Amino acid sequence: MTATLSPATSDASLRRFLHGLPAVDKVGADARAARLGTRSIKTTAKAYAIDLAISMVDLTTLEGHDTPGKVRALANKAMRPDPSDPTCPATAAVCVYGDLVEVAKQTLTGSGVQVAAVATAFPSGRARLDVKLADTRDAVAAGADEIDMVIDRGAFLAGHYMTVFEEIVAVREACERPDGTAAHLKVILETGELQTYDNVRRASWLAMLAGAHFIKTSTGKISPAATLPVTLIMLEAVRDFRDAHGQMIGVKPAGGIRTTKDAIKYLVMVNETCGPDWLDPSWFRFGASTLLNDLLLQRTKLATGRYGGPDYVTLD
Amino acid sequence: MEPFPYAPAPESPAIVDIRPSYGLFVGGEFVDGRGTSFKTVNPATEEVLAEIAEASPADVDRAVQAARTAYDAVWSRMPGSERAKYLFRIARIIAERSRELAVLESIDNGKPIRESRDVDVPIAAAHFFYYAGWADKLEHSGFGSTPLGVAAQVIPWNFPLLMLAWKIAPALACGNTVVLKPAETTPLTALLFAEICQQADLPPGVVNILTGAGSTGQAMVTHPGIDKVAFTGSTEVGKAIARAVAGTDKRVTLELGGKAANIVFDDAPIDQAVEGIVDGIFFNQGHVCCAGSRLLVQESVYDDVLERLKRRMSTLRLGDPLDKNTDVGAINSSEQLLRIRALAEVGDAEGADRWSAPCDLPTSGFWFPPTLFTGVTQAHRIAREEIFGPVLSVLTFRTPAEAVEKANNTPYGLSAGVWSDKGSRILWMADRLKAGVVWSNTFNKFDPTSPFGGYKESGYGREGGRHGLEGYLR
Repeated sequence: MTATLSPATSDASLRRFLHGLPAVDKVGADARAARLGTRSIKTTAKAYAIDLAISMVDLTTLEGHDTPGKVRALANKAMRPDPSDPTCPATAAVCVYGDLVEVAKQTLTGSGVQVAAVATAFPSGRARLDVKLADTRDAVAAGADEIDMVIDRGAFLAGHYMTVFEEIVAVREACERPDGTAAHLKVILETGELQTYDNVRRASWLAMLAGAHFIKTSTGKISPAATLPVTLIMLEAVRDFRDAHGQMIGVKPAGGIRTTKDAIKYLVMVNETCGPDWLDPSWFRFGASTLLNDLLLQRTKLATGRYGGPDYVTLD
Repeated sequence: MEPFPYAPAPESPAIVDIRPSYGLFVGGEFVDGRGTSFKTVNPATEEVLAEIAEASPADVDRAVQAARTAYDAVWSRMPGSERAKYLFRIARIIAERSRELAVLESIDNGKPIRESRDVDVPIAAAHFFYYAGWADKLEHSGFGSTPLGVAAQVIPWNFPLLMLAWKIAPALACGNTVVLKPAETTPLTALLFAEICQQADLPPGVVNILTGAGSTGQAMVTHPGIDKVAFTGSTEVGKAIARAVAGTDKRVTLELGGKAANIVFDDAPIDQAVEGIVDGIFFNQGHVCCAGSRLLVQESVYDDVLERLKRRMSTLRLGDPLDKNTDVGAINSSEQLLRIRALAEVGDAEGADRWSAPCDLPTSGFWFPPTLFTGVTQAHRIAREEIFGPVLSVLTFRTPAEAVEKANNTPYGLSAGVWSDKGSRILWMADRLKAGVVWSNTFNKFDPTSPFGGYKESGYGREGGRHGLEGYLR
């Protein structure tokens, strides 16, 4: 699979490459994901997993009614998820719309918590490329550390792989800052619209070949969002990509992961599919809003033996 | 150190109540055996679990009489719709007591609780549910609707409760009564099943459970009061049974050994194929007659498949069968462990390359690491003889025709697997493979509605599905 000749020269050449990837058998992939979901993670392993999961959360608010106040509250929560316990790790990032990046950045500068912005006509991606690039540059200029872009699913499903590829390449260029550094690029595949696991595998490779730092399942606006089997296919893709090219790519399931139990299933899957190298917020994230509170409740329960209930975690 | 070590997550053994000693289950009650006794041990710890009665020829005679009486007086005369009620009741009790049965099975057999909980016990219950549904519809089976009489059933140690269900459910649904012998090393779930028969108010004598070794089994199959012999086990014993009943009017079904080919084409869904290879040979420590013990990989994807397979095997968790995270449990007996070791050494001696997944073996109990041999050809003994352990022989092929030829080049013919994304090729292969079961893009899947059985020296007769009724009707 070493690409001495880049497959990204035309729709046809990309098609030959992507359709030459090993097929995915849906029944088998679902069964494997379900089996990994039966692992029983208890006591010390659970404590480790909960803290790791907290540190991997991209705490997200992507609503029309988001305000500066809401984003400031979220940013504070990201820095100190459990104000009563200084040993509780901070989340990896907050994730907001581009116009709220500055607000988030004001609170989070110097905290180590990253600011991620969705861009490229999120969530549908239905805009002209120059609009998408302007959207991206604007968020980067406002201080975004990470850009969560969406691919053009219409182009992908129409077989216009080159369009998708070139768009990702262009957005990655738009992530560059004047000082030579660049915002990290997460590429959202919106797997709920791609439907088949073969498509998920192909879109994952397409995004990785085009330079994605992370591949991400979903916008959270389409159902189904992240699922275990879809994430499994993507984890296999980044594992195989490293074998082929020596380069690590991150994975971010987003949307629909609400409970500690679910989050632990994902971590088990990361551990047993890609190995411990990916058990790090640099390489695996959860895009979530309500998940964090359940992680905090379970964290307290594990430490104290008592379940506090929703009044004992902060709202945002 | 492993960064994400899974803490122990053992299923509690407190749910099972193992008595210090067990008698025989004859005529609806537990009776003392007239022979000697033997011990059953936990293969993961070598701890003695219980003292088990060994049924003598006199005990066999008594059990056959009890079964005959129940057959004549009650069971064969009972309308099928009434027999069905008992079978449904047994199925429900198995489901209700599933945790107890799963834990007991893992303790006595050594298989991981994940498998006894998710495979053995639910499928055992499903067999009773399935055949309960047939009991009042036998005239539509195509095999007649008259029962045969008293069945002698001898089952192996690899799936003790599940094999019991495969044998007892169709026999009872058809109106036969049974004398069943579980394997010497795994009698406990069969004895718990005897309690379940009592709990279900099954008429006395319809099910009789005799424990013992080969001599007890021999006394059963040769007993003149037996109308039908059903055996699952080794080809060697199966042949002896066939000889023993030759010239009598006993009906026989045999489900024997296998050396199944699991065939991976270059267009296969590779990640799922790797899962299927692992399930095919390491499920139940490879103690599976239909195990995919010969991997046939198309040469063009050999390196890729092997690399992925070894990586996957390295994540298998071997250890305490009661730990919910265990993937590979204990070898069932020291005898079996010695046999596996001996055959693996033959593989070394014949020049095949051995590779075992890196894992620490517990210090007590019977253990063998998940192992594969590469550089194996049809001429190697490990490609021909059933190892019945977690040992995979890897061979290669170039074309579909060569795959068929190699897959069929064995005295056995129980199962085969085909991995390809091309439906037409799968059907082409399935037409030509001489195996009773051909799985495509999956392996080791069992369902009560699907018939199971062998070609050639893997036996004759089918179990499961409508076809499973044939062995118990005339």
